[in-house]
Amino acid sequence: MTAWDDVVAYSCLLAGAALCLTAGLGLVRFPDVLSRMHAGTKPQVLGVLLVMVGAAIRLDGWANAWMLLLVAAFQLLTAPVSAQMISRVAYRRRHVRRDLLLVDEFGGAGHQDVRHHGDEPGDAPPEQPGPGQPSS
Amino acid sequence: MNLVDHALYALIAGGALLALVRLARGPSLLDRVVATDTLLVIISAGLAVHAALTQDPTVVPVLVVVALLAFVGSVSVARYIGGMLLRSGTGDGRDPGLPVAAEERENRS
Repeated sequence: MTAWDDVVAYSCLLAGAALCLTAGLGLVRFPDVLSRMHAGTKPQVLGVLLVMVGAAIRLDGWANAWMLLLVAAFQLLTAPVSAQMISRVAYRRRHVRRDLLLVDEFGGAGHQDVRHHGDEPGDAPPEQPGPGQPSS
Repeated sequence: MNLVDHALYALIAGGALLALVRLARGPSLLDRVVATDTLLVIISAGLAVHAALTQDPTVVPVLVVVALLAFVGSVSVARYIGGMLLRSGTGDGRDPGLPVAAEERENRS
């Protein structure tokens, strides 16, 4: 029985750790902020859940299990909030590779900054400069 | 099970190192925010894996602190960059615009 517990716990931990590695690979390989965030949120939800389940099986005692459950619930609550804020700012500051988007529902004017200075994306192709673009 | 321990640590260390690569190379500030968020999540996963492997629950409260810190850090930096946003020029209420304090300051001046 204990051996089966260990097998389940170790497989959960291995799956979570593998998700951490895929997050790192996706962060390095993917082209823009939104796809990097897509890769980076894999361990934020599923990886943390799997690791917490594995750790709760290994650490016996309800106090540890409740605290790990608290961490998992907190991750589930806060990951969408921070992802939404970061992606909104990324879209408005033209950090999104719009030539790679399949559907761009904010395609019209008004959802991106007309002018922007500083903090430019380094790997995005140059877009049409807005009318208020400072000529520097 | 010793091999599995090393495999777990190697996977998590590889993910953390790749996140550090993106943190160092990231062309914009938002890439670094995403990389920092992911790096803190990987760190908390590593702490949980360490606690599970050694069956030592000492670092379990640290996990709560790291999770809180990741959220507060990424949200505050995103708000900071959003505060740097200029007006988008439509004025139809769809754009969030500046935060309230900055709006008042701008209207007063």
